[in-house]
Amino acid sequence: MGEGHAAVREGTRQLTYVLAVNEAMRWGLATYPEALLFGEDVAIPGGPYGASRRLHSEFGARVFDTPISETAMLGAGVGAAMRGMRPIVEIMFSDFFLVALDQMVNQAANVRYTSRGRYSCPLTVRSQQAATPGACRQHTHSFEAFFAHVPGLYVGLPSTARDAYEMLRTAIATDDPVVLLESRALYQEKQEFVLDDPVEAIGGARSLHSGDDLTLITWGRMTRDAVTAAERLHDEGVEVDVIDLRWLAPLDFDAVAKSVESTGRVVIAHEANVTGGFGAELAARIAGELFWHLDAPIARVGAGDVPLPAAPVLQASLLPSADAIVDAARRVVDPA
Amino acid sequence: MCEDTYHAICAIRRFEERLVSLKRDGLIQGSLHLCCGQEAVPVGACRALRSGDALTVTYRGHGWALARGIAPADLFAEVMGRDSSLCGGRGGSAYFSSADHGLLGENSIVAAGLPIAAGAGLAAHMSEDDVVSLVSIGDGAMNQGAAHEALNFAGVLGLPLVVVIENNGWSELTPADAMVMTETLAERAFIYGMAAVRVDGTDAEAVERAVTEAVDRARAGGGPTIIEALTVRLTGHYDLDPQHYRPAEDLARAREQDPLEQLRLRLGGDRVAEIERRVAAELDLAVDAAKRTPYPDPAGAREHVYG
Repeated sequence: MGEGHAAVREGTRQLTYVLAVNEAMRWGLATYPEALLFGEDVAIPGGPYGASRRLHSEFGARVFDTPISETAMLGAGVGAAMRGMRPIVEIMFSDFFLVALDQMVNQAANVRYTSRGRYSCPLTVRSQQAATPGACRQHTHSFEAFFAHVPGLYVGLPSTARDAYEMLRTAIATDDPVVLLESRALYQEKQEFVLDDPVEAIGGARSLHSGDDLTLITWGRMTRDAVTAAERLHDEGVEVDVIDLRWLAPLDFDAVAKSVESTGRVVIAHEANVTGGFGAELAARIAGELFWHLDAPIARVGAGDVPLPAAPVLQASLLPSADAIVDAARRVVDPA
Repeated sequence: MCEDTYHAICAIRRFEERLVSLKRDGLIQGSLHLCCGQEAVPVGACRALRSGDALTVTYRGHGWALARGIAPADLFAEVMGRDSSLCGGRGGSAYFSSADHGLLGENSIVAAGLPIAAGAGLAAHMSEDDVVSLVSIGDGAMNQGAAHEALNFAGVLGLPLVVVIENNGWSELTPADAMVMTETLAERAFIYGMAAVRVDGTDAEAVERAVTEAVDRARAGGGPTIIEALTVRLTGHYDLDPQHYRPAEDLARAREQDPLEQLRLRLGGDRVAEIERRVAAELDLAVDAAKRTPYPDPAGAREHVYG
C-alpha cells in the first residue's frame, strides 16, 4: 500500500479520487482478460496524475503507451472493442478530445445501432476536465453537454473517490461506449469506501443534501460549491435538496422530477459556461414536463460565456462559485 | 482463374449498374458511390483473406462486400432501405457492416476506417491468434490526419494490418496528384517504417499476390504493409456526378484500363457472353428477392441505441 492508501475500517479503504480510478482499472484488468488500457504516457510513466500507475508492471502488454495520436487511440479502441476486446482509453485532458471527435461521434456511438446489435463497442474513455488555477483555455473546457448530445454514448462525471471507483467499474463492465469525465481538481480528495461491492448498474443520481424549499441540480466538481451553498442557505432558513446527477446519460430524470415536485423551485449549477450547457437541457425538460409544479423561473449557474483565461484572478471572476449559487437560490426563492 | 475473375468482376460491375437503374426506377434514394473500374482490387484482395480476418472499407464498398461473400440480394435490400440481413437499412449504400463476414463496416469519413482497422489488428495482436486486419481506403484518405495517426500507431505496435490504398486518380472531384507532393502514396510507408508495394489495381491476380505477401508478413508478426493499387474510376465520385471537371482524355484512358475489358479480350466473346448471362440471371433473382424484402418496421427505429 502506497501513499493515499490507508486501511481504515474492516473491508474499506481510504483512497484519493485518482487512486480510486487506479483501483477501478486494476479491477477491470483483473476481471476481464480482454480488457486493455492504453493512451499517452499511461503505461511506463503511469499517467501524468498517476491514475494508471503500476498497472503496466502488473498486467504487462495489455497496458501500453501510444503515440500522441488521439484519433488512432480512440479508433483503435473502437476497432478492438468490435473485435472482442474491452479497451480503456485515456484522453489526458478533455480538451484533447476535439482532435479525435470523429471516432466518438461518427464511429463509436453508431456501432451497436447501425449493426442492430451485431456489433457492440464496449469502450471506456476516461478523461478529466475543467479549470484549475493557471490552466489555459486548452486545459479547462467542460464538454459533458456535447457528449450527452450524442445518442449511443453514455456520459458520467464522478464527483467523489467512491464514484470514481464505482462509475469506472460500471463503465468497464458496460457493453457500450462510455465517456467518463473526471475532475482533476478533486484528484487528491480522499474518501473511505468499500471496494468489493457488486458493480453498480449504469445511471442513478445521488442526494447530497436534503430540503424541500429548492432543488439544486449539479455534478462533478460543482457538487462541492453546491453543498457549501446548501449549508449557507440552511443558515438563512432555506432548505435545499442537492442532487448530484453523476450520469448525464442515462439521465436519472426521475430523481429530478421527484425533487422538483416537492420543492417547485430549481437551480442548476455546472462549471461549463452557461450557453448550451447541459443545464439548458435540464431546464427545458423541467419546464416541459414539470411546469405545473414550478413556483418560480428556473435559474442556471455556470461559467461566463468567454474563453476562460489562465490568470487565477480572471478565472475566479468568471467561474461559478458557492456565492453565485446562493445568489441564484435567493432569487428563485424570493423572485421579488 | 481468368474465368472466375471475369465472373467476380462482372458480378460487381453489373450489380452497380443495376443499382443505377433501381434508383432510376425510384427504388433507391440517396447517393451511390460506385466502384466501376476498381473491382479487381477487392476481388484480388479478398482471395488472400481467411474467413476470420477483419475487413474495413469505405463508402465505395459494394465491391468489397460482394467479393467477401455478401449475397447480392442482401446488399440490394440494404441499399434499397429494406429490412436486409445486413443492417436492416440502417447503413444504406455507404455505411453497412456485416459481422457474419468480419466486415467492420464501410465508412464515409474517408480515413476513419484506418484506426478502426488498426484496432481490429490490435485485438488480433493481443489475442495472439493469426488473424489479419485489412483496410481499404482511397487515395484522398491519405491526406486526412487519421491516416497518419493510424499508420504510425500500427507501425509502432507492429500490428497485423494490411492497408490497401485504391488510387483511382481522383480524390472526390479533384485530381489525386494535385494534392500530394510525392510521386507515389506508397513511398510514405518509409516514414512509418513499414513495407510497401505498388500494384496494377486493374489486375486481380497482381493484387492477390501483393495482398497475399502482406497478409503472410502480418500473420508472421512482420507488421503492417501498405499496398498502393493503381486503378481507375469509370464513373463519377457519386452516381449523379456530371464529372464536368474531368478531362475527356482522362476518362478515355480509364476506359482503356477497364479490368473487365482487359479480361474480355483474353477470354473471348463466347465465354464472356456465357458468364454475362449467368451473372444477369443471378442478379435478376437477387433484385427480385430484394424487392420482396419488406421495409424495416419504424416501430424499431429507436432500438439498439444501447445494449
